[in-house]
Amino acid sequence: MADIRRFEVGDALGPLVKPPVTKTQLVMYSGASGDFNPIHTVDEFAKEAGLGGVIAHGMLTMAFVGQLLKDTAGPNGTLKKFGVRFVEMVRPGDVIVCEGRVTGVEIQDDQQVVTCEVWAAIDGKGKNAVTGQAVFTAPLPA
Amino acid sequence: MSLEAYRACIGRASEPVKNEVEKGAIRKFAAAIGDPDPRYRDEEAAGGRLLAPPTFSRTFDYGRVPGLELPRAGLIHASQEFEYFRPIHSGDVLYCQTRLADVFEKQGRLGRMIFLVFEMEARDTDGNPVVRQTSTVICREAEA
Repeated sequence: MADIRRFEVGDALGPLVKPPVTKTQLVMYSGASGDFNPIHTVDEFAKEAGLGGVIAHGMLTMAFVGQLLKDTAGPNGTLKKFGVRFVEMVRPGDVIVCEGRVTGVEIQDDQQVVTCEVWAAIDGKGKNAVTGQAVFTAPLPA
Repeated sequence: MSLEAYRACIGRASEPVKNEVEKGAIRKFAAAIGDPDPRYRDEEAAGGRLLAPPTFSRTFDYGRVPGLELPRAGLIHASQEFEYFRPIHSGDVLYCQTRLADVFEKQGRLGRMIFLVFEMEARDTDGNPVVRQTSTVICREAEA
Protein backbone atom coordinates (compact mmCIF):
# COMPACT_ATOMS: atom_id res chain seq x y z
CA MET A 1 0.00 0.00 0.00
CA ALA A 2 1.15 3.51 -0.76
CA ASP A 3 1.84 5.76 2.20
CA ILE A 4 -1.20 7.78 3.20
CA ARG A 5 -0.38 11.44 2.95
CA ARG A 6 -1.31 14.06 5.52
CA PHE A 7 -2.23 17.25 3.65
CA GLU A 8 -1.45 20.73 5.01
CA VAL A 9 -2.39 24.17 3.72
CA GLY A 10 0.38 25.40 1.44
CA ASP A 11 1.48 21.90 0.34
CA ALA A 12 2.60 21.69 -3.26
CA LEU A 13 0.87 19.21 -5.60
CA GLY A 14 2.98 17.80 -8.40
CA PRO A 15 4.64 18.70 -10.61
CA LEU A 16 3.34 16.27 -13.20
CA VAL A 17 5.41 16.87 -16.33
CA LYS A 18 3.70 15.45 -19.41
CA PRO A 19 5.56 14.45 -22.58
CA PRO A 20 5.31 17.03 -25.39
CA VAL A 21 1.84 17.16 -26.96
CA THR A 22 1.93 15.61 -30.43
CA LYS A 23 -0.34 15.90 -33.47
CA THR A 24 -0.91 12.15 -33.23
CA GLN A 25 -2.12 12.66 -29.65
CA LEU A 26 -4.62 15.27 -30.86
CA VAL A 27 -5.96 12.77 -33.41
CA MET A 28 -6.18 10.14 -30.66
CA TYR A 29 -7.98 12.56 -28.33
CA SER A 30 -10.40 13.55 -31.10
CA GLY A 31 -11.28 9.89 -31.59
CA ALA A 32 -11.48 9.12 -27.88
CA SER A 33 -13.58 12.18 -27.03
CA GLY A 34 -15.74 12.45 -30.13
CA ASP A 35 -14.66 16.09 -30.56
CA PHE A 36 -13.80 16.19 -34.27
CA ASN A 37 -13.52 19.96 -34.62
CA PRO A 38 -10.84 20.22 -37.37
CA ILE A 39 -9.04 23.08 -35.56
CA HIS A 40 -7.44 20.27 -33.53
CA THR A 41 -6.38 18.04 -36.40
CA VAL A 42 -6.23 19.83 -39.76
CA ASP A 43 -3.48 22.47 -40.02
CA GLU A 44 -4.96 24.12 -43.13
CA PHE A 45 -8.33 24.50 -41.44
CA ALA A 46 -6.78 25.88 -38.24
CA LYS A 47 -4.73 28.40 -40.25
CA GLU A 48 -7.83 29.49 -42.13
CA ALA A 49 -9.51 30.00 -38.76
CA GLY A 50 -6.70 32.38 -37.80
CA LEU A 51 -5.05 30.07 -35.28
CA GLY A 52 -1.76 29.63 -37.14
CA GLY A 53 -2.00 25.84 -36.95
CA VAL A 54 -3.73 23.12 -34.93
CA ILE A 55 -4.32 23.67 -31.21
CA ALA A 56 -4.92 21.08 -28.50
CA HIS A 57 -8.37 20.43 -27.07
CA GLY A 58 -8.80 22.34 -23.83
CA MET A 59 -10.19 19.13 -22.37
CA LEU A 60 -6.89 17.34 -23.09
CA THR A 61 -5.01 19.77 -20.86
CA MET A 62 -7.76 19.48 -18.25
CA ALA A 63 -7.32 15.69 -18.38
CA PHE A 64 -3.61 16.15 -17.57
CA VAL A 65 -4.57 18.14 -14.46
CA GLY A 66 -7.12 15.43 -13.66
CA GLN A 67 -4.29 12.90 -13.71
CA LEU A 68 -2.36 14.99 -11.15
CA LEU A 69 -5.43 15.27 -8.88
CA LYS A 70 -6.32 11.59 -9.10
CA ASP A 71 -2.71 10.56 -8.36
CA THR A 72 -2.48 13.08 -5.50
CA ALA A 73 -5.72 11.87 -3.89
CA GLY A 74 -4.33 8.33 -4.04
CA PRO A 75 -6.00 4.97 -4.62
CA ASN A 76 -8.44 5.48 -1.74
CA GLY A 77 -9.04 9.15 -2.40
CA THR A 78 -12.01 10.57 -4.29
CA LEU A 79 -12.28 13.63 -6.47
CA LYS A 80 -15.36 15.69 -5.51
CA LYS A 81 -15.10 18.88 -7.55
CA PHE A 82 -12.82 20.01 -10.34
CA GLY A 83 -13.10 23.16 -12.43
CA VAL A 84 -10.80 25.08 -14.78
CA ARG A 85 -10.73 28.13 -17.00
CA PHE A 86 -9.00 27.72 -20.35
CA VAL A 87 -6.70 30.73 -20.61
CA GLU A 88 -4.04 29.95 -23.23
CA MET A 89 -3.89 27.76 -26.32
CA VAL A 90 -1.68 24.64 -26.29
CA ARG A 91 0.13 23.62 -29.47
CA PRO A 92 1.93 20.46 -30.64
CA GLY A 93 5.40 20.37 -29.07
CA ASP A 94 4.28 22.12 -25.87
CA VAL A 95 5.30 20.47 -22.60
CA ILE A 96 2.55 20.82 -20.00
CA VAL A 97 3.51 20.96 -16.34
CA CYS A 98 0.62 20.39 -13.93
CA GLU A 99 0.90 21.71 -10.39
CA GLY A 100 -1.25 22.79 -7.49
CA ARG A 101 -1.30 24.12 -3.97
CA VAL A 102 -3.44 23.10 -1.01
CA THR A 103 -5.63 25.99 0.17
CA GLY A 104 -7.74 24.22 2.79
CA VAL A 105 -7.96 20.98 4.76
CA GLU A 106 -10.95 19.88 6.84
CA ILE A 107 -11.57 16.60 8.60
CA GLN A 108 -15.01 15.08 7.96
CA ASP A 109 -16.06 11.50 8.74
CA ASP A 110 -12.45 10.36 9.23
CA GLN A 111 -11.50 11.76 5.85
CA GLN A 112 -9.34 14.69 4.86
CA VAL A 113 -11.32 17.06 2.64
CA VAL A 114 -8.66 18.91 0.66
CA THR A 115 -9.32 22.10 -1.30
CA CYS A 116 -6.64 23.19 -3.73
CA GLU A 117 -5.83 25.48 -6.61
CA VAL A 118 -4.40 23.86 -9.72
CA TRP A 119 -2.81 25.04 -12.91
CA ALA A 120 -1.12 23.70 -16.03
CA ALA A 121 1.84 25.74 -17.25
CA ILE A 122 3.24 25.66 -20.78
CA ASP A 123 6.91 24.94 -20.11
CA GLY A 124 9.27 27.64 -21.35
CA LYS A 125 6.48 30.03 -22.36
CA GLY A 126 5.83 31.54 -18.92
CA LYS A 127 2.09 31.07 -19.36
CA ASN A 128 -0.62 28.92 -17.86
CA ALA A 129 -2.84 26.99 -20.24
CA VAL A 130 -5.48 26.39 -17.59
CA THR A 131 -6.08 27.54 -14.01
CA GLY A 132 -8.63 26.11 -11.64
CA GLN A 133 -9.56 24.59 -8.33
CA ALA A 134 -10.54 21.21 -6.98
CA VAL A 135 -11.78 19.41 -3.89
CA PHE A 136 -10.85 15.82 -3.10
CA THR A 137 -11.08 13.52 -0.12
CA ALA A 138 -8.28 11.29 1.11
CA PRO A 139 -8.10 8.87 4.04
CA LEU A 140 -6.58 10.07 7.31
CA PRO A 141 -3.18 8.59 8.16
CA ALA A 142 -3.33 6.23 11.13
CA MET B 1 -28.01 32.67 -34.28
CA SER B 2 -28.47 36.11 -32.72
CA LEU B 3 -28.12 36.84 -29.01
CA GLU B 4 -31.90 37.06 -28.79
CA ALA B 5 -32.34 33.70 -30.54
CA TYR B 6 -29.84 32.10 -28.15
CA ARG B 7 -31.52 33.71 -25.14
CA ALA B 8 -34.87 32.32 -26.26
CA CYS B 9 -33.40 28.82 -25.68
CA ILE B 10 -32.41 29.45 -22.02
CA GLY B 11 -33.93 26.81 -19.77
CA ARG B 12 -34.47 24.31 -22.57
CA ALA B 13 -33.03 20.83 -22.09
CA SER B 14 -32.26 17.88 -24.33
CA GLU B 15 -34.06 14.58 -24.05
CA PRO B 16 -31.91 12.29 -21.85
CA VAL B 17 -29.60 10.08 -23.92
CA LYS B 18 -28.63 6.56 -22.84
CA ASN B 19 -24.84 6.11 -22.67
CA GLU B 20 -23.17 2.76 -22.01
CA VAL B 21 -19.67 3.07 -20.58
CA GLU B 22 -17.43 0.75 -22.58
CA LYS B 23 -14.07 -0.73 -21.58
CA GLY B 24 -12.57 0.00 -24.97
CA ALA B 25 -13.66 3.64 -24.77
CA ILE B 26 -11.99 4.05 -21.35
CA ARG B 27 -8.77 2.39 -22.60
CA LYS B 28 -8.63 4.59 -25.70
CA PHE B 29 -9.26 7.71 -23.63
CA ALA B 30 -6.52 6.75 -21.15
CA ALA B 31 -4.12 6.16 -24.05
CA ALA B 32 -4.99 9.53 -25.62
CA ILE B 33 -4.34 11.48 -22.41
CA GLY B 34 -1.20 9.43 -21.68
CA ASP B 35 -2.21 8.29 -18.18
CA PRO B 36 -0.66 4.87 -17.43
CA ASP B 37 -2.98 4.14 -14.45
CA PRO B 38 -3.63 0.36 -14.57
CA ARG B 39 -7.16 0.89 -13.20
CA TYR B 40 -8.05 2.40 -16.61
CA ARG B 41 -6.87 -0.73 -18.45
CA ASP B 42 -6.88 -3.84 -16.31
CA GLU B 43 -10.02 -5.07 -14.57
CA GLU B 44 -8.03 -6.88 -11.90
CA ALA B 45 -6.09 -3.72 -11.01
CA ALA B 46 -9.38 -1.83 -10.94
CA GLY B 47 -10.91 -4.35 -8.53
CA GLY B 48 -13.62 -5.53 -10.92
CA ARG B 49 -14.69 -2.99 -13.50
CA LEU B 50 -12.46 -0.40 -15.18
CA LEU B 51 -12.36 3.06 -13.62
CA ALA B 52 -13.04 6.06 -15.88
CA PRO B 53 -10.68 9.09 -15.72
CA PRO B 54 -12.01 12.28 -14.07
CA THR B 55 -12.84 14.11 -17.30
CA PHE B 56 -14.14 11.07 -19.21
CA SER B 57 -17.79 12.03 -18.67
CA ARG B 58 -17.33 15.02 -21.00
CA THR B 59 -17.23 12.52 -23.89
CA PHE B 60 -20.80 11.24 -23.35
CA ASP B 61 -23.65 12.11 -25.68
CA TYR B 62 -25.88 14.62 -23.83
CA GLY B 63 -28.29 15.20 -26.71
CA ARG B 64 -29.28 18.49 -28.30
CA VAL B 65 -31.08 21.47 -26.84
CA PRO B 66 -34.16 21.93 -29.06
CA GLY B 67 -33.85 24.90 -31.38
CA LEU B 68 -30.22 25.63 -30.55
CA GLU B 69 -27.85 25.79 -33.51
CA LEU B 70 -24.14 25.94 -32.72
CA PRO B 71 -21.51 27.18 -35.16
CA ARG B 72 -19.39 24.21 -36.19
CA ALA B 73 -15.93 25.71 -35.79
CA GLY B 74 -16.59 28.98 -34.04
CA LEU B 75 -16.84 27.59 -30.50
CA ILE B 76 -14.15 28.19 -27.90
CA HIS B 77 -14.22 26.33 -24.59
CA ALA B 78 -13.98 28.97 -21.86
CA SER B 79 -14.42 26.94 -18.69
CA GLN B 80 -15.41 23.51 -17.45
CA GLU B 81 -16.50 22.28 -14.03
CA PHE B 82 -17.25 18.82 -12.70
CA GLU B 83 -19.08 17.84 -9.53
CA TYR B 84 -18.72 14.12 -8.80
CA PHE B 85 -21.22 12.05 -6.84
CA ARG B 86 -19.53 8.69 -7.42
CA PRO B 87 -16.82 7.26 -9.70
CA ILE B 88 -17.80 6.00 -13.16
CA HIS B 89 -16.94 2.43 -14.16
CA SER B 90 -17.14 0.33 -17.30
CA GLY B 91 -20.55 -1.27 -17.61
CA ASP B 92 -22.34 1.76 -16.13
CA VAL B 93 -25.49 2.77 -17.97
CA LEU B 94 -26.01 6.51 -17.66
CA TYR B 95 -28.71 8.86 -18.87
CA CYS B 96 -27.20 12.17 -19.93
CA GLN B 97 -28.95 15.47 -20.44
CA THR B 98 -27.83 19.02 -21.18
CA ARG B 99 -29.63 22.27 -20.43
CA LEU B 100 -28.83 25.75 -21.68
CA ALA B 101 -28.56 27.55 -18.35
CA ASP B 102 -27.48 31.03 -19.40
CA VAL B 103 -26.49 33.20 -22.35
CA PHE B 104 -24.66 36.49 -22.10
CA GLU B 105 -22.58 38.82 -24.19
CA LYS B 106 -19.17 40.34 -23.54
CA GLN B 107 -16.91 42.66 -25.42
CA GLY B 108 -13.53 40.96 -25.79
CA ARG B 109 -10.24 41.34 -27.63
CA LEU B 110 -11.78 39.65 -30.64
CA GLY B 111 -14.90 41.79 -30.65
CA ARG B 112 -18.38 40.90 -29.48
CA MET B 113 -18.59 37.40 -28.05
CA ILE B 114 -21.61 35.37 -26.98
CA PHE B 115 -21.15 33.04 -23.98
CA LEU B 116 -23.33 29.95 -23.64
CA VAL B 117 -23.48 28.15 -20.29
CA PHE B 118 -24.56 24.51 -20.36
CA GLU B 119 -25.44 22.39 -17.34
CA MET B 120 -24.95 18.73 -18.08
CA GLU B 121 -25.90 15.84 -15.89
CA ALA B 122 -25.42 12.08 -15.96
CA ARG B 123 -27.76 9.92 -13.88
CA ASP B 124 -27.75 6.20 -13.23
CA THR B 125 -30.63 3.87 -14.05
CA ASP B 126 -32.17 4.60 -10.62
CA GLY B 127 -32.14 8.33 -11.34
CA ASN B 128 -29.31 9.15 -8.93
CA PRO B 129 -26.90 11.86 -10.11
CA VAL B 130 -23.43 10.52 -10.97
CA VAL B 131 -21.73 13.65 -12.29
CA ARG B 132 -22.80 17.23 -12.98
CA GLN B 133 -20.91 19.54 -15.29
CA THR B 134 -21.02 23.21 -16.14
CA SER B 135 -19.50 24.01 -19.50
CA THR B 136 -19.12 27.57 -20.80
CA VAL B 137 -18.40 28.06 -24.49
CA ILE B 138 -17.86 31.20 -26.53
CA CYS B 139 -19.41 31.72 -29.95
CA ARG B 140 -17.02 33.72 -32.07
CA GLU B 141 -19.38 33.67 -35.01
CA ALA B 142 -19.55 37.05 -36.74
CA GLU B 143 -23.01 38.54 -36.41
CA ALA B 144 -24.33 41.51 -38.33
